[in-house]
Amino acid sequence: MSDRCDHDQEIDLEEQQILAAIEAALPAMPTDRHQLIPLLQHIQGTHGYLPLGGIALVARHLKMAASKVYGVATFYNQFRFNPPGRHPLKVCLGTACHVKGGEIILENFSRRLGIAEGETTKDREYSLERVACVGCCALAPVVMVGEKTESYVTPSKVEGIITEIEIQNEIAERAKEKHEPESDTQ
Amino acid sequence: MVTITVDGLEITVPRRTRLLQACLDNGIYIPNLCYLEGMDQPPASCRLCLVEIEGRPGPVPSCSLEVEAGMVVHTNTDEVQKLQKMAFRLLVCTNEGQCRMCMANKRCELQRIAKFLHMPLRTKRLRHLPKDLPEVIEDHPCIVYEPNKCVLCGRCVYVCAQQGNDFSLSFANRGFNTVISFFGSQNEGQGDACLDCQACVDICPVGALNLKDDRRRHLRKMAAKAKARG
Repeated sequence: MSDRCDHDQEIDLEEQQILAAIEAALPAMPTDRHQLIPLLQHIQGTHGYLPLGGIALVARHLKMAASKVYGVATFYNQFRFNPPGRHPLKVCLGTACHVKGGEIILENFSRRLGIAEGETTKDREYSLERVACVGCCALAPVVMVGEKTESYVTPSKVEGIITEIEIQNEIAERAKEKHEPESDTQ
Repeated sequence: MVTITVDGLEITVPRRTRLLQACLDNGIYIPNLCYLEGMDQPPASCRLCLVEIEGRPGPVPSCSLEVEAGMVVHTNTDEVQKLQKMAFRLLVCTNEGQCRMCMANKRCELQRIAKFLHMPLRTKRLRHLPKDLPEVIEDHPCIVYEPNKCVLCGRCVYVCAQQGNDFSLSFANRGFNTVISFFGSQNEGQGDACLDCQACVDICPVGALNLKDDRRRHLRKMAAKAKARG
């Protein structure tokens, strides 16, 4: 339990650092209202996402209502409000994948991970997204796991993909544990 | 002053009046949701206030049109009614339609329009498509928002901006998921300012925005009624 709290604190700290960085960077930015979208793009480009706290900062900087900035940011698909996970899952919902049941795959992932599309798991391990088309319609339905393309995905394969990532994480952790005592002695 | 003819009736109104306003002022009702008196640029988004004007190829929204001398307007032709009914169907096919439980029952603009167009509030021609949104959004310290009742007319957004507050309501998200957002108003200090103003709650035509206290009282009343009924 305390481990979990440490984790949460770490994430809070990280977000606070990002907000501080945004606050520090803003005074150098133009204050023209027309710069709203470039500004949001800049923040997302630097930090990978738009923290909700950052929207209030941008609003203050441009002297706009925070809800207006939020309205603009939520209108465009390019802005995300959750940090990318270590394993970004992109479920293709282009025409071919849609026809072959991409929606079901997305639903499977969302149920398995307990997050909705566009969200990130609490431990920052997975983030779930929908994309329009990844360009390999012959392999539909397709899911991008990081840079890797998973083809002909079925509900049972969803479980397999997650298990594979978990196993790899475990292997990496064990390797690290093996390594650490050695580095201590050195 | 300008004189125009609406449904055979001659009316005289000041220059630069909006046609919809001119009709409403003279007792001719045209269904409308998104228009408010004094708007600089009416959004003309609800598409309910369409009228036919002689010499124009098709029906036009009367809220965004200024009166011109000698205009001959028809508000109840078949084509106009057809379009109004379709716009209304599109509005109510995503709506909850549980009037009896609603706080705005009997003073709801949708009910008034339904009566005017002789339409049911649950249309059969279009599939009922409830929005996949939470039933209530209680982000705001003193206002509750019910997205499934909201027709997104934007009146509340307009009046809130009109108050000149630092904070204002806005639309958030896109398409089917569009909601009215209170972002930035979650802090307690804002609650008092909103409690004093309430302009958005007062202007909402369908009862999607309510004060939290009022809603709680209403729910208690409904529960008591249901209990009494057995």
